[in-house]
Amino acid sequence: MEIGGLLLYLMALVTMGGIYAVMALGLNLNWGMTGLFNVGIAGFFAVGAYTSALLTTPPMLARSGADVGGLGLPIPLGWIVAPLLAAAVAWVVGRICLRLRSDYLAIATIGIAEILRLVALNEQKLTGGPFGIKSIPRPFETMDRPWGEIALMALVALLVFATYLFMERARNSPWGRVMRAIRDNETAAGAMGKDVEAFRLQAFVIGSAFMGLGGALTAHYLKVLTPEASEPLYATFLVWVMLIVGGSGNNKGAVLGAVLIWLLWTASELVTGALPTEWGVRIAYVKMFLVGLLLVVVLQVFPQGLLPERPPKLAGEAAPR
Amino acid sequence: MIEFINNYVIPGLVLGSIYALGAIGVSMIYSILRFAHFAHGDLMTLGAYIAFAVVVAFGWPPVAAMPLALVGTVAASLAIDRYAYKPFRKSRPIVVVIASFGVALMIRAAIMLIWGVQPEPYVEGINPPLESFEPFRIQEKHIVIVVVTVVLVTALHLLLTRTKIGKAMRAMSDDADLARVTGIGTERVIAWTWVVGAVLAAAAGILTGIDTLLKPYMGWDLLLPIFAAAILGGLGRPYGAILGGLVLGVIQELSSYPLLSDEPFISPGYKIGIAFAILVVMLIWRPQGLLRGRVL
Repeated sequence: MEIGGLLLYLMALVTMGGIYAVMALGLNLNWGMTGLFNVGIAGFFAVGAYTSALLTTPPMLARSGADVGGLGLPIPLGWIVAPLLAAAVAWVVGRICLRLRSDYLAIATIGIAEILRLVALNEQKLTGGPFGIKSIPRPFETMDRPWGEIALMALVALLVFATYLFMERARNSPWGRVMRAIRDNETAAGAMGKDVEAFRLQAFVIGSAFMGLGGALTAHYLKVLTPEASEPLYATFLVWVMLIVGGSGNNKGAVLGAVLIWLLWTASELVTGALPTEWGVRIAYVKMFLVGLLLVVVLQVFPQGLLPERPPKLAGEAAPR
Repeated sequence: MIEFINNYVIPGLVLGSIYALGAIGVSMIYSILRFAHFAHGDLMTLGAYIAFAVVVAFGWPPVAAMPLALVGTVAASLAIDRYAYKPFRKSRPIVVVIASFGVALMIRAAIMLIWGVQPEPYVEGINPPLESFEPFRIQEKHIVIVVVTVVLVTALHLLLTRTKIGKAMRAMSDDADLARVTGIGTERVIAWTWVVGAVLAAAAGILTGIDTLLKPYMGWDLLLPIFAAAILGGLGRPYGAILGGLVLGVIQELSSYPLLSDEPFISPGYKIGIAFAILVVMLIWRPQGLLRGRVL
């Protein structure tokens, strides 16, 4: 491969890996910090992706079976509304399930993700059904190659950094301390007078908002959005593997895991591209198998991941008196 | 009235039988191993495809292939428990749930790798309604599905009430610590739970294949209704799971009855949404289920 192509490939890798990092950071707030078992990432992803796509796509271009089409609004507006709507859905789900044990949250989140996928598939007038939405605007796409790609990559990197700072701030704050307390000993946290259910709901809603943002970013980056994009394997379980491999509870780990797993995931495509088509199809199943195997094996062999969680220093430790 | 029974009640009971078989397993695993087993749907798919392999290899009808498929699925589930779930017995239950998602992906990927993604029937050809039941439209496959379900549920009832291991299973489901104190072997009960769960799951998968077609995602798509049925009946209550399955199956079919106009009340594309709606209502109103199961 010549050098220009390789650079474009690397930029695509960083851009998509960065989008996954935003989602992995959101999941880290859910699972790593608060212990909420969210397996409906695909659902919040879909809410964000379709919201932003429908808001920003020009009315005429979106049509591929869709009657409603886009509203042609500016992209930043889509990126603001998408996480807000994902948060609203999470709020409803959280209100119903967070008072019960985590297994119920798992059932409910996977349920809402499946329902939303059905909506995307069935409501042709709104979502374009199985054909999806086309010609979603990509930021900086009017710029010359490779400047448009570079600008988008920089923007995503900036968003990852901002998300990371936000999550670190949350982790080091008194709020983050309450979250860890709830995760590690719910009864004790409750006995200290903390409203466990309210805190959990906050963590669940905020984390899910970032998954919605991830969906919006993906839709604009890929320019097409079909129900397949919110297939649980790509949108839910890949993010889980990223967080667990990187190290749940550690924000740096979430980012590292996202980039590393995405690198491995796409690098295998370079190999399969050289093989006959029939083999390529089979390799996709092998990859799916490996995602499952990683989930089981990593949890058994090194449950802390590459970067284990480190509790932040307490104020008393930093300045002993 | 007869049309109503033909179009809604009979398909509802057939679907409900399949849900019931899956829901019993989920419910028992939940109450004995204390975790929601998300690979249960894919265990059903595995059973269905093993039977398919037997049908193709020997040319037997699917019902004759059933015993071999049940044995195969039980062996698979015991191996899965040994290598994927047992290492987590001492950790937080939710970690096993993550592992069960991993197992679900692995089973499904293996099935697609071996058998491909094309929907396959067990036997080609049409399945006309039986004449002796006129005016009711009952096909041979409907009878097979209901009979197999009744046989398996009766066998389960006898196992739980008449045998020592069945009583041990019930004891452990009611109070694990108390059961252990009285000298019940935990691992033996767990192994039997997998035997029961896998037999019922594989049967449910094969019956789904007989009813419709074999698809790699068939079990995954059944997972939500099965959990809804188990929660509707009350987790840890095998008879509740049967009730939940049948009720859910009938409600799901009835949902497309043209109640207000000529259009179906709820579009058939959203049938699975009914399961979810019932699940949500139960979680809000009565999380212990109709038959007072467990709430964790």
